[in-house]
Amino acid sequence: MRGVKLPIGPQHPALKEPENFTITLDGERVVDVDIRIGYTHRGIEKLMESRTYIQNLYLVERICGICSYAHVVNFTQNVEEVLGIQIPKRAEYIRTLFLELERLHSHFLWLGVAGHEIGFDTLFMYTWQDREIVQDLLEMISGNRVNYAMNTIGGVRRDVSEEHRKKVLEGMDYLEKRAAYYKEVAINEKTILARAENVGILKPKDALKFSAVGPTVRASGITVDIRRDDPYASYAETPFEVITTDSCDVLGRVVVRVLEIFESIKIIRYLIEHLPSGEIVVKVPRKIPDGESISHTEAPRGEDFHYLRSNGTEKPERYKVRTPTLANLPAVMEMLKGTYLADVPIVVAAIDPCMGCMDRVLLLKNGGEKPGEIIDGDRLRSYGIKWYAERGWKA
Amino acid sequence: MNTLLAFVYLLIFPGFVFLFSFSLFTEYLDRKIYARIQRRVGPPFLQPFADLVKLAAKEDVVPEKAEHFMFTAAPLVGLAAIFAAFLYLPIVTTSGLHSFNGDLIVVLYLLTIPTLALFLGGCYSGNVFGQKGGMRVASLLFSYEIPFFLSLLTPALITGSWRMADIINFEVAHPIVLIISLLGFVIALISLQGKLERLPFDIPEAETEIVAGPLVEYSGRRLALFRLASDAEMVVGAGLIAVIFLGGPMPMPLIETEPIYLSWIYGALVFLLKTLFVIFLLILIKSAVARIRTDQMISLAYKWLIPLTLVQIFIAIMVRFFGGI
Repeated sequence: MRGVKLPIGPQHPALKEPENFTITLDGERVVDVDIRIGYTHRGIEKLMESRTYIQNLYLVERICGICSYAHVVNFTQNVEEVLGIQIPKRAEYIRTLFLELERLHSHFLWLGVAGHEIGFDTLFMYTWQDREIVQDLLEMISGNRVNYAMNTIGGVRRDVSEEHRKKVLEGMDYLEKRAAYYKEVAINEKTILARAENVGILKPKDALKFSAVGPTVRASGITVDIRRDDPYASYAETPFEVITTDSCDVLGRVVVRVLEIFESIKIIRYLIEHLPSGEIVVKVPRKIPDGESISHTEAPRGEDFHYLRSNGTEKPERYKVRTPTLANLPAVMEMLKGTYLADVPIVVAAIDPCMGCMDRVLLLKNGGEKPGEIIDGDRLRSYGIKWYAERGWKA
Repeated sequence: MNTLLAFVYLLIFPGFVFLFSFSLFTEYLDRKIYARIQRRVGPPFLQPFADLVKLAAKEDVVPEKAEHFMFTAAPLVGLAAIFAAFLYLPIVTTSGLHSFNGDLIVVLYLLTIPTLALFLGGCYSGNVFGQKGGMRVASLLFSYEIPFFLSLLTPALITGSWRMADIINFEVAHPIVLIISLLGFVIALISLQGKLERLPFDIPEAETEIVAGPLVEYSGRRLALFRLASDAEMVVGAGLIAVIFLGGPMPMPLIETEPIYLSWIYGALVFLLKTLFVIFLLILIKSAVARIRTDQMISLAYKWLIPLTLVQIFIAIMVRFFGGI
């Protein structure tokens, strides 16, 4: 069984989204991995160029179904920077509150998914039930569970009332208890340890070499956190700790995320107690002046990077998004080497991949005359017409 | 009259009809308790039956690449072996349909056949996931089968008989045997969990790795048969443990009472309660663990289960020669 190539994906039950891992096996051991992405390219960046900034608010939110808010915050921060405006303090706090609530529900969700990948469905059911608490809080304030539509350029659209603050604090008390329980389970349950300890090793130097981000790099003992390194929203005024572990394995990634749940709860409590009074939004013009801006936030999965170039109209000239999953994929190739085939699902899941958010560029492998050639729209069209004509169909 | 009774025994109680409905009932219990532990609602009472009927009504598909005969025969042979094994279990009285010296070995042998059927079905299904799953079934066979056999032989060693009726009678006379073989009981439970391919040993069917393993190409009535076989295997396996380690339908204080069928009903109820207790333990194990890897399961079996079983057998031999029972 030496050198057997096993394709996992684009369709495989371990993968919730289509991508392709071609794994070279020696018996049950993984020798080499080749990753092919691009199956869920949606052309969002191109689409953004033909829509106004207000319309784009809602489009950007739909880049990801879990860390949707991190993307909107990036977009609004970019536009606000080009405009040169400062949003009200209260709006900044509310944005931070939502960013942290989002991190909570994302980490609870991930914990369940990781449990499911190693066959621990009870953990999956428990965490997803607790995640509902966060979702209910988000729905209470914003009216929506996933795509909150909270942001607008120049502030936020909805205010946080006294009653909301009370309910959020109650929710945090409950979630803190649950998170303490999951910490116990993750650190003590024998079968979890057997599947997570010393699996998917990513050494600190490799983590830096492959530019891993988020909980993945922090589990390798490297203190990288955009919230602390380049504070945005109200993180500069909010006390919190950057969680790291130095075990460099899947268990480390579980522990980092569980401990980050506690930090998020701490941050949310601080924000609720110190919420400043005042306006939540400032008026902005519809047309955005010439300019360029970058913005990055610490999404639940890691650094989320956005770039904007505006040209004085009401539509952006170019918009670029790099999601944390893309930054983490090279590290996955390193992690998979030397593991067992049975560990592939959990190692891939440990970076919390979101393939749909990630796919930005589509390379057609056999679309051009030469394999791997990049072809433009006109060539693609003529290729399509030729393809159908060869088969006797009318174009 | 005796012929009629034998027919009733074979076909209705505790034969086919009963095993069929009791298997579906345990599947319901399995799913319901598992769901309740996970804070879900769980299926309604007749759901397993509805699933079975629905599957049986589906289109009959044999993949082109599959070996037709083996693919079709595998679920039938597996189910038949399980039903045959059930007839030898002492359910209403201390003996099954037919009791002889060595019936324990026969039941153990028949219980291995569904595993082989699953292996062959997977391998002949012409699907790479099915073959991979089939190979996993076969390579794990030895890691649970040896401790399962050895632990079940402990009470037989103490009794000095391979006959289940003798073992039960001996246990009723000397209840201390149940305590001596407690270690064996635990090992048999864990091995049975592996034999039934349930968590944490559901490696051959690992959904997130190899889809459904050997069952990946099965659909319709063949899948229904495999599922029924796996439910029935749980009943028979749990029943066997209940017989060997918990005394089966005994104690039976009403055995002398008239009419005789009252004591039969009593015996059957005691047996069913004990079986359900064993099944309940299996469900608890399933809901509290994650799936382990093939290499981890093999090392668990050879580093822990088999040495511990040997310790249990050593204790049994010591008791037999020096314990004075």
